[in-house]
Amino acid sequence: MDSKRIKLMQGNEACVEGAIAAGMRFYAGYPITPSTEIAELSAVKLPKIGGKFIQMEDEIASMGAVIGASLAGLKSMTATSGPGFSLKQENLGYAAIVEVPCVVVNVQRGGPSTGLPTAPAQGDVMQAKWGTHGDHPIIALTPSSVRETFDLTIKAFNFAEKYRTPVILLMDEVIGHLREKVEIPNPDEIEIIDRVMTDKNKELYKPYEVEEGELTPKMAPFGQGYRFHVTGLIHDETGFPSGKPEVAEKLITRLVNKVELNKDDISLYEEFLLEDAEIAIVAYGGTARSAKYAIELARKQGLKVGLFKPMTIWPFLDKQIIQLSKKIKKVIVAEMNLGQYAIEVERVTGKYSEVYRCNRVNGELISPDEILAKIKEVY
Amino acid sequence: MPSKLVETYFRSNKLPHIWCPGCSHGIIMRSIAKAIDNLALDKDNVCIVSGIGCSSRATGYMDFNTLHTTHGRALSFATGIKLANPKLEVIVITGDGDCAAIGGNHLIHSARRNIGITTIVFNNSIYGMTGGQYSPATPTGAVGTTAPYGNIDPNFDLCQLVKAAGASYVARSTAYHANMVISQVEEGIKNKGFSFIEVASTCPTYYGRKNKMGNSVDMMTSLKENSINIKAAEKLDEDKVKGKLVIGEFYKVTKPEYTEEYQKIINSFQKER
Repeated sequence: MDSKRIKLMQGNEACVEGAIAAGMRFYAGYPITPSTEIAELSAVKLPKIGGKFIQMEDEIASMGAVIGASLAGLKSMTATSGPGFSLKQENLGYAAIVEVPCVVVNVQRGGPSTGLPTAPAQGDVMQAKWGTHGDHPIIALTPSSVRETFDLTIKAFNFAEKYRTPVILLMDEVIGHLREKVEIPNPDEIEIIDRVMTDKNKELYKPYEVEEGELTPKMAPFGQGYRFHVTGLIHDETGFPSGKPEVAEKLITRLVNKVELNKDDISLYEEFLLEDAEIAIVAYGGTARSAKYAIELARKQGLKVGLFKPMTIWPFLDKQIIQLSKKIKKVIVAEMNLGQYAIEVERVTGKYSEVYRCNRVNGELISPDEILAKIKEVY
Repeated sequence: MPSKLVETYFRSNKLPHIWCPGCSHGIIMRSIAKAIDNLALDKDNVCIVSGIGCSSRATGYMDFNTLHTTHGRALSFATGIKLANPKLEVIVITGDGDCAAIGGNHLIHSARRNIGITTIVFNNSIYGMTGGQYSPATPTGAVGTTAPYGNIDPNFDLCQLVKAAGASYVARSTAYHANMVISQVEEGIKNKGFSFIEVASTCPTYYGRKNKMGNSVDMMTSLKENSINIKAAEKLDEDKVKGKLVIGEFYKVTKPEYTEEYQKIINSFQKER
């Protein structure tokens, strides 16, 4: 390992490094705590590598610009926090229906509304899934360390490009502002996925046609003779609007299936000391760090506890969680909200195991001691 | 048989359009195509972006790289496209509600940046698609379905707004003055920075009928009779111009264009190497 690749880095910084490594060449954003460093660093770095940065007039415009730039051929990203994430939702839905790859980072802070701007929270889990209206696909990833932020930002771009869909990187203030030692992998160690371009000629190309057995249509270069139409209205494979019920059903089903039927590829998670565990903690993002430490403390006291850490928060890891609950009869879900992920865990584990909650919404981290106390309470 | 212009610049298989009989949006749409034809632009290099509303449906009919986006947001998508690929000729088609109400912020800031986008507003003084609600361009006193007792809102002078915000080309015409629309769109496209062309359109179905303005021919006649060219208006007393729609070129200036300024920053780093 080249010593130059070892750095002391903040989570927000690692997000930008990861994005650039993944090929990000366009960033549009609007200042908002605690995500602003992502915009600042993008503004510094992008022009140096021929990329573009623009600070837009608001969050809505940033999302629009990102989609426009991605369609025009540049891998694009925006970053925000709670109030801004609410504003992104309109055009996030547009990106989903027109199938334009993009990455939206949400460094979560305390909400609702202006809430606790500088304090951590994980209150946007459900908004990440259901924030925009209508049935739609969504992929959301959540890192629990600075290095993982780097890796998952790259994954976010890869999934966005592969499935032609917006991907949300759901960070939290803990990870966004955390500084730790990071080993940045060499470029040749990083897998980069680019959108698949059509090999059809201009006359035969249909922008939303999928080949037999596939779910994601191939893109065409923009401004090079394909002259296709893009609309947020329900459209058929030619890209033009249609009001036919069968066209609407076919499109929405395919959009959702792009993610649902590729869960095995998209599902990222880690397991820690689960082999002999009698209690499983389910924790993600900043909270997973407290959980891991609590588990180490518990183990020293002879308590058999393990961790299941989802890194893919959406689509929900139902297969893995069901498997887990069949084996372990007690599950504690620790999260900085009032049980947004626990609801999902309870939904699938109901008949197999008991689910306990460990929550906080006061802008403070859930401490290892708190989780340890919960472990002892339910053991 | 479609005309040569229609055949060349329109997706004939998507026509006829959805606009009501007597609506003059079609005249403006044709005028844009004619301006592009006069400038002999390469269709592949032209990108037309629209928002939501009657006018914004135009992009579906025009044979270019087209984007029908979200309500009011066309300019933000267009900004992303133009900055990502400044070689593209980016045109925005929008309506009075789309650009002056929900999209007002994007309009102001696109003008301020003087980014190379030509914006054409089809101003029919009403929200047509949703059935005749008053817009920021509905004159005070006029009736709309949401202004049943007469509109008390003062209406926007969009040309003044955009000029003050920083646009480098600002003009107004009407659907009656089709040749003027064509030449203004040509000038707008030729201008490197942000160009804004407001075209007064007619909505006989919702605006005309509610306000007892007669049929579409009467409304077109009224566009002719109630407008005055800025060159003529400048020579007349203010009271003789009052109540008339002033048309013509209002403002034309050369100043730095946004994507070119950004490219200078990129170039400065390439020189360092």
